[in-house]
Order: sequence, then structure tokens, then C-alpha cells
Amino acid sequence: MRQIAIYGKGGIGKSTTTQNTVAGLASIGKKVMIVGCDPKADSTRLILHAKAQNTVMDLVRELGTVEDLELEEVMKVGYGEVKCVESGGPEPGVGCAGRGVITAINFLEENGAYTPDLDFVFYDVLGDVVCGGFAMPIREGKAEEIYIVTSGEMMAMYAANNIAKGILKYASSGKVRLGGLICNSRNTDREDELIEALARKLGTQMIYFVPRDNQVQRAELRRMTVIEYSPEHKQAQEYRTLAQKIAENKMLVIPTPLEMEELEELLMEFGVMEVEDETIVGVAEKAA
Amino acid sequence: MSDKIKNIDGITKESTQAMIDDALAAYPEKGKKKRAPHLGVNDQGSGSACVKSNKKTVPGVMSARGCAYAGAKGVVWGPIRDMVHVSHGPVGCGWYSWGTRRNLVSGINGVTQFAMQFTSDFQEKDIVYGGDKKLKTLLEEAVGLFPLAKGISVLSECPVGLIGDDINSVAKQSSKELDLPIIPCNCEGFRGVSQSLGHHISNDTIRDYIIETREFAEPSSPYDIALIGDYNIGGDVWSAKALLEEIGLNVKSVWTGDGELEKIAATHQVKLNLIHCYRSMNYMCKVMEEKYGIPWLEFNFFGPTKIRQSLRAIAERFDDTIKENVERVIAKYDPIMQAIIDEYKPRLDGKKVMLLVGGLRPRHTIGAYEDLGMECVGSGYEFAHTDDYDRTASEMPDATVVYDDPSEYEFEKFAHALKPDLIGSGIKEKYVFQKMGIPFRQMHSWDYSGPYHAYQGFEIFARDVDMAVNSPTWKLVKAPF
Repeated sequence: MRQIAIYGKGGIGKSTTTQNTVAGLASIGKKVMIVGCDPKADSTRLILHAKAQNTVMDLVRELGTVEDLELEEVMKVGYGEVKCVESGGPEPGVGCAGRGVITAINFLEENGAYTPDLDFVFYDVLGDVVCGGFAMPIREGKAEEIYIVTSGEMMAMYAANNIAKGILKYASSGKVRLGGLICNSRNTDREDELIEALARKLGTQMIYFVPRDNQVQRAELRRMTVIEYSPEHKQAQEYRTLAQKIAENKMLVIPTPLEMEELEELLMEFGVMEVEDETIVGVAEKAA
Repeated sequence: MSDKIKNIDGITKESTQAMIDDALAAYPEKGKKKRAPHLGVNDQGSGSACVKSNKKTVPGVMSARGCAYAGAKGVVWGPIRDMVHVSHGPVGCGWYSWGTRRNLVSGINGVTQFAMQFTSDFQEKDIVYGGDKKLKTLLEEAVGLFPLAKGISVLSECPVGLIGDDINSVAKQSSKELDLPIIPCNCEGFRGVSQSLGHHISNDTIRDYIIETREFAEPSSPYDIALIGDYNIGGDVWSAKALLEEIGLNVKSVWTGDGELEKIAATHQVKLNLIHCYRSMNYMCKVMEEKYGIPWLEFNFFGPTKIRQSLRAIAERFDDTIKENVERVIAKYDPIMQAIIDEYKPRLDGKKVMLLVGGLRPRHTIGAYEDLGMECVGSGYEFAHTDDYDRTASEMPDATVVYDDPSEYEFEKFAHALKPDLIGSGIKEKYVFQKMGIPFRQMHSWDYSGPYHAYQGFEIFARDVDMAVNSPTWKLVKAPF
């Protein structure tokens, strides 16, 4: 069983990419489970055709205690026999979403969700690793393989580099490794070259460049993956290729995160960021 | 207060320093450097602290300290008898602080005298989803179950602060809906270095939510005072209050032993605040002084010598009526006290005591031991600040050891060297020293006895000390060292 965690900046398309990739793996006969680690609980809707799945924490809240919860109540099976679980958690601004992830994953372990027939477990994690709870999927004995979803936009690359720093921390004490960057294209200039350059600097690879295609949105409107909605479409083939690449990937590295200056130089080189004029910093309009 | 320098045979500045150095020798370099400033030799004449204090405990040593929640729940808020006190968070903190401090209350048993203590008993789901809704429900239920409660304190445990629950807004809203004072107290245990911060935070909440919200029903008189910082351990308030009334003062409110919320709220109307435990309540005394011009006076009701001095100091703040009353009262009790001393002193004379307690006792009780002929050879606090140690210097004999937040190891080491006849400290220390064959009294809870305050308390104190020191038990046990 390979356990894989998908990280990346919020809104970059982690959930969409994860579910399409998982559908791709399922279509080539792999047994997969998705564990959504985001209180928004939108990591499994394309697989289940559901608005929102019953989450572990929602049921814990209803029952009062996690001990009364049964695995069947929170694990649903969707397209391609993919098993789906959502950790769930509070609405923004209250409680502790990180603890929700910890509680949910502990529950899954204790109740035998990780069956030996599974080929892959995918963790789809909230964009910002704001506390220990969201690092739970990459702790000892969990995911040892991480893919970062990014694009050629500045903030997405900043986030990718920060995540690499987090991986470095956990890599030194455990077995977690970076498997590569997945470029979810935003059609920026020279995007593939830029992400490849970033990947090289991080000591990893751009495992795949997923082009932008509105077919993804058309499928999403039907709460489906492209692979299920239009298996013949070229975008479905893109995701199948990504799935294949991940299935065959042997390049697992301890990343070498960039210093901020190094990252900015790279962005300037590709024209994503302009050279800063230090003389104008902190000078008010009237004073200038 | 003491004007002459007290010396103890065999104790010199050099011998005490050597004993401290010997204790420190066991520590690694870093620990030694941190602990050294907290162990000092008393310079009685200086009247200033000989140790550093109110610093984070050195990791790895056994400290007797508590936490901010303990300071808020156990000390300041907990003793108020007509309120519901909510330990907000997982069940353990509430359970282990349930009535353990022996702050007694009056009233009709089971009707107005009832430990109205709640816990919100946090579960996994409350951490993840937040506990604000549960708190709101709890507050409604508390009012339903205890319609006579005059208010509710909400005391945060650690997780509430970690997940950022907004108990202040819940308290505000529920207070309006239930038409009852609800006081949120952000006293999470991880804040600060000891229970001391919990006292301060609680004082601040009294300032922000309570003081000046009520008025006394009766007309005011020039003899109106408040008794501050007496928590009625084993009934201390009742003996102290009786004495203050005997000299003609009106004790309008007590903070907070056997306290009543509405009287505490009207304390801004008194003429003088008499403060016993300076550490835990000086904050509000200063607030009331600044805001309402109420002067405050520290006093000490342990043992006849200190009681006499304190009564006269109190009388100085009032007219001749009170002054005459004080002299009459002193004259009345002097022979009674002398009879007690005559009975116990022959058996206690020259005996040595070491202390490690909380807010005021490491200095305030020294006089009471001295009245019985005993000598204090070492003293220290769990959570005191510099101003407490300043006040301690003159009470302690010269060249004796002063220890701040001592580790179990240091305390034991000093006891080995000083061979005291009695140690007065807490439950965590009790069995260590009893196993060493040293008589011991728990001086946080008065060891299930009390009261020890005022004239009434001295007799019980003398009896208890004699009972501990002269128990035949100690002749029957042999320590293996």
C-alpha cells in the first residue's frame, strides 16, 4: 500500500486533481481510498456524486463520542470502487480543525480502514498547514510520498516552497519524501519551463503538466471526474497519464527548499515578479 | 516590623551559603546557573529580597507550583459561596479542584450552603467544534438548577485558550439573557509561570465585571471595612471577622472566603481595606485605592505578638473609640494567650521550623512560631514576587536560608542540613518528610484543622504544632539514614 498526501496552495485545484488522478488509477484497476483532511469536506464529491459526505467529525458530534462511531457510517464507496472518507470539522473561526484531522485519522486506523487490499491511500489536505493537525497525514507511519500541486503563479510557488520546507522537517525524522510537483496550468507564460526550473531547484521533478481545459468544469457541474464523465476526452487522457506516472514514480527525494531571495530571483528571471526598486519602499505619495 | 536582629546558634551567612552551594553542586551547569539566584541568605537588616523570584520553573526539577487556573479557581473565585463556578474544559481540572482547598462556607446545608461547582467536561467534539454552544447551554442549566446563585464564574482551562473559544462573548450574551452576572476568566493553565498570574487575572475580572455594580443596603458608617485576601481556610475568616467586630469595625465584605458576590461588588463603599494575603489581592486593593480613594493596610493575625501589633496599626487608622476598644481587647486576650503559651512553650522552646507555602504564610506565621519559642530556620514561597521577599527579610532571623520555588531535591537537602523539628508545607511535600522522620504540618489546608487566624486560631495552632512536634510516633520510627 502506498500512502500519498497531496498538498498545495488553497484554491489551486488539489481536490479536483486528486479525484481525477484517483479515478485514473481506479480505471487501471487500482484499489484506492481517499481521506479528505479539510473541514470543507469537498475531497470526495466527484467520486461519490454527492454534495457533501457524512464526515467523521459530524457523526462524532451527533453521537457525542468517537467510540460509538462505526466505520461503515463514514466510509462510502464511489466510482471505480474508490473508498471515500472525510474528516470534516468546524466552520471557520471556531474550534480546532487540526484536532479534527487527528481524531479522524486515529479513528480510521483503530477501526481497520487501512485494509491490505488497498494499493493507494490519498490524503487531500487543507491548503495551509497551519498547525500540527494538518501535518498528521505525513507523520510516522502515514503518507511517505507527497505531491505538491502548483501553477506558474507567484503565490502558488511560494506555497510550494513552504510546503517543501515542511517536508524537509518531517523527512529528517521520518520516511516522508517529495514525489514531485504537479503543475495545474493557469496558462501563464512559460509555465512549464518555470515549474520545471523550480522542481530542479527543489531537487525534484515536475511529474506532470496538466493543461487547462474547461471540460474539467463541465464534469464538475455534474459532480463527476472527467474520467467518468467523458472517458474519451483528451483531458481524461491527461489525468490517466498523470495517474500512470504517479503509479510508476520511483523518484522520491528529500527536498532542498529555496531561500526567499533565490525564489524571487527565479520569479524575476521568468518575469513573474519585477525587480524591486528599494528606493520607493516606505515612502508616502506626498513625500515622494 | 521586627526591630532587633535575630540570630540562630550555629547559623551564619557562611554556613548557609555553604549549604546552598552544596545543594547546587548536584546540578548541571545550566540548571545551577538558573537556580542559584533563587536560593539566598537572609540579610534581616536589609529589609529587601535576597532571591530572584516569579521566574519560569527550571525544567526537570520537582516544583510544588500550581497553574493560573489553580490561582483563579482555587484561590480567588472558588471561595465565593453564592456563585456557580464553572471549570470550563476537560473534567480533570474541575474534579481535582472541587472543594480541596478547605475554604469553608456558611449557610443552610444543602440549600444556601452547597458547592455549586460545574465542569463543561470537554470531549473530543468540543475541541474540534468549539465549546461555546455547550457553555451557553451549561449556563442556562446552572441557573435552572441553582436559582439562588447570585452569579457565575467561567474559568478557562488550557484547551479553551488553545482553540480560541470566545467565552467573553458567550458570557456577555448569556449574562443579558439570564439577567445574572457571568464573569469570564481567561485563566488558562499554561499562562504565566505559576498560580500567581491566575490571582492577577481574577483580580482584573473583579475590576472589570464586579466592583461598583452593587451598593450596600445599610447606611454607611466610618467603621466600614473589607477583609481582603482571607479565604476562610478551616474557618479563618470567622475568627478574624469576630475579632475585627470585637474592636468595633463593621466587616462589610470578605474577599473571598465565605464571600458573597453582591457584597464584594459593593466594596467600593468601604473606608479601609484590610489585606491579609498581599500576593493574591494587592491588585484590587491598589485599584480601589486609585479609583475610589480607599486606603489599604496589610495586617497579620497569626500569634498574639503580631495580632497585637496589627490591631494597634489598624486602630491608628480610626478614632479613639476604636483605639480604646483595641486596648481593651488586647488586655482581655493577653492573659488567655499567655496561658496557651505557658502550656505549650515548655515543650516547643528552641524547636526549629522550616516553611514552604504560598502567598503570605512563609512570613506571616513566623511570629506565631516565635510566640511558642520556636525558631524559623528556613522559609520560601512557591510563587511569590520580589515585594513578598522584601517583606520576608525582616521577619526571618538573620543569615537563614530563603528559597524561591525550591525543587523537592533542594528542600530535602536543606532539611538534612538544618534538621528541623517541624516542616510546614503542602501535600506534595508531606510524605517525603514524614518518611524522613520529620514532623510535618500541611500549611496550605491547615492539615484538616483550623482556624489558625486571630486569637481563636492561635490556640488551635499551638495545639496542632505541639501535637506534630511532640507526637510519640517519631520515637517509634527509625529513618534508615
